[in-house]
Amino acid sequence: MTNLSRRTVLAGLAGASATALAAPHVRPAGATPGVTDTEILLGQTMPYSGGASGYADWGRAEVAYFEMINAQGGINGRHVRLISLDDGLSPPKTVEQTRRMVERDGVLALFGSFATSPNSAIHRYVNSRGVPHLFLASGASKWADPENYPWTMGWLPDYPTEAKVYAQYIMENDPDATASIFYQNDDGGRDFYEGFKAGFGDQVDRYLVGEQTFEATDPTVDAQIANLQQSGANYLFIIGQPRTMAQAIRGSYDSGWRPNLMINAGSASVSGTLEPAGLDKAAGIMSVAFVKDPTDDTWADDPGFLAWSAFMDEWFPKGRKSDVNTVYGYCMAQTMEQVLRQCGDDLSRENVMAQAANLRDLALPMLLPGVTINTAPDDYRPIEAMRLQRFNGAKWELFGDTIGG
Amino acid sequence: MDLFIHQLFTGLSNGAIYASMALAIVMIFRTTNLKNFAQGEMAMFSAFIAWWMLGLGVPYWIAFFITIAVSFVIGVLAERILIRPVMNAPLLSILIVFFGIFVILHSLAGWIFGYEVKVFPSPFPEEAVFGTYITNHELGTIAIVGAMLLAIYAFLNFTKTGLAMRGVAENQASCKLVGINVNWMLGLGWGLAAAIGAVAGMLIAPVVYLDPSMMSGVLIYGFAGAILGGIDNPWGAVVGSLILGVVENLLGTYVIETELRLSVALVLIIAILLIRPNGIFGRTIVSRV
Repeated sequence: MTNLSRRTVLAGLAGASATALAAPHVRPAGATPGVTDTEILLGQTMPYSGGASGYADWGRAEVAYFEMINAQGGINGRHVRLISLDDGLSPPKTVEQTRRMVERDGVLALFGSFATSPNSAIHRYVNSRGVPHLFLASGASKWADPENYPWTMGWLPDYPTEAKVYAQYIMENDPDATASIFYQNDDGGRDFYEGFKAGFGDQVDRYLVGEQTFEATDPTVDAQIANLQQSGANYLFIIGQPRTMAQAIRGSYDSGWRPNLMINAGSASVSGTLEPAGLDKAAGIMSVAFVKDPTDDTWADDPGFLAWSAFMDEWFPKGRKSDVNTVYGYCMAQTMEQVLRQCGDDLSRENVMAQAANLRDLALPMLLPGVTINTAPDDYRPIEAMRLQRFNGAKWELFGDTIGG
Repeated sequence: MDLFIHQLFTGLSNGAIYASMALAIVMIFRTTNLKNFAQGEMAMFSAFIAWWMLGLGVPYWIAFFITIAVSFVIGVLAERILIRPVMNAPLLSILIVFFGIFVILHSLAGWIFGYEVKVFPSPFPEEAVFGTYITNHELGTIAIVGAMLLAIYAFLNFTKTGLAMRGVAENQASCKLVGINVNWMLGLGWGLAAAIGAVAGMLIAPVVYLDPSMMSGVLIYGFAGAILGGIDNPWGAVVGSLILGVVENLLGTYVIETELRLSVALVLIIAILLIRPNGIFGRTIVSRV
């Protein structure tokens, strides 16, 4: 029986040491996971590896932002720790990492997880467990559904809203024109397509004369561009990843069609999309913006820009200041900071959601003037305002008033 | 009619892109009897090597031929180091090695060169000579694919080495008995396939832009074209790829929604393979059991 008793002793020791190790993290019954007197724990997934890793600095900027906040004393005396894990933009990995953060690390909330399909994969899970799933880096319209998914809230202006802006611009400024649309055949692309059609209202048949889709596997899109050219439309609205977008911009120019182009804001990067397409071919393209473009010298003396620039220098020196994703991360982290400040000492998950749905005219330093963040229990769309911009062959120029909001 | 001609030319230039990839697939199949799923990523990596040299200021055609030579060496080394140890292993093991090469090259290219799309220059002048239906680069691609096809055909049919390589693919034991250096032939096949792939990569990159994912779609079409025409026949692979490019475009324009054109094109291929299992121009291989 010596063996048995030894095992019993060992098991007892193991149990005791586990309890001892876990002790600092043990919470009184009823307390919220991820919250102690000194710390608030948040979690997110980002594509730090794989094809979408160009977006990685979005997440890194958020982590750096909370490090800065902590150095300044934290929020209501608590440090904020953001666990940012790699999912390689692969939804199964997102599920695995999210479950790890929720069930093992015990985060208070998920914040800023990246892209539509990874977030779709955890949408039901977080809502069935009642974990706040806040400020997603995705503009899909389905995140604004408080009735069915009360724990999920997006952040970016949603795709249908953006598409409507373009449709309304055409109707107001060029009422005799016709339009066409070219989009990737997925959730996001169809969101834009439906929004574009809705923007024309009952005039849709009069305006929209051409529509084509592409698949992620299409090596080239010349065939679709030729079909769209046949429609003779004056406007072409393109939605896609930078590679396809650059091909479509170049193709519609080289074919001699040369319609007025509009592109979705998510792929409106000068270095990522317009330079490969050819800056001369991209001149005149329209898009929308809601943050200050860090490469635009309009903001050189702007206090908001200078604050962001100082943050980048001190807390995220490895990030490129020309990369707008660092601006998105900065603004998103500030939105989360505001929610946590509003929570005060009531850091229950319910109150986190209540405060996230209670943001009023929040003007962040790097949002464009006139663009503010507003939410309500029945309004889960933090950013709805934006401004039109036109590419002049070298940089984007804002024009017109703030739209929506 | 205008649209028809436009789509016909677009289909032909797409077909030429698929054909350049299909030739590399045929080359390796003719020497090793294997379908190399990493061929596309090898071509992508070659294009990155050329892009890197061009960035250093090397003139286009010098970079072009150095890239072909370097790719040839990488192909030979890949065969010797990665494939030969599993040559006699079950087919599944070899497939896993191919998949490994695919993933490694993809990640390596992203890690070294980044995932943003990059402009890869075309050696042909941009000003269109033949109107807006077809660019000079597309014409040049068709010409180079034609030249490669003739060279491969002549090599495989009229040179001693080419004949020896074909022999190795079909019956290694007999080849050894007649004094053919089987190992070297296999390495040579890999090297040549990598070199053809390098040309394909450098022709495709100006059209689809250079990034680690540039070949993902092309490889599917290259395989489909090669199998449609006959994977053991360079002529068949080229004609099959051109047919695929044109049929896919015309179907997408006149018959079905564009989102179904790949599916319908692949269904057509299956239908043809049911009637002619070795492809339109393929030979029926009879082996003694």
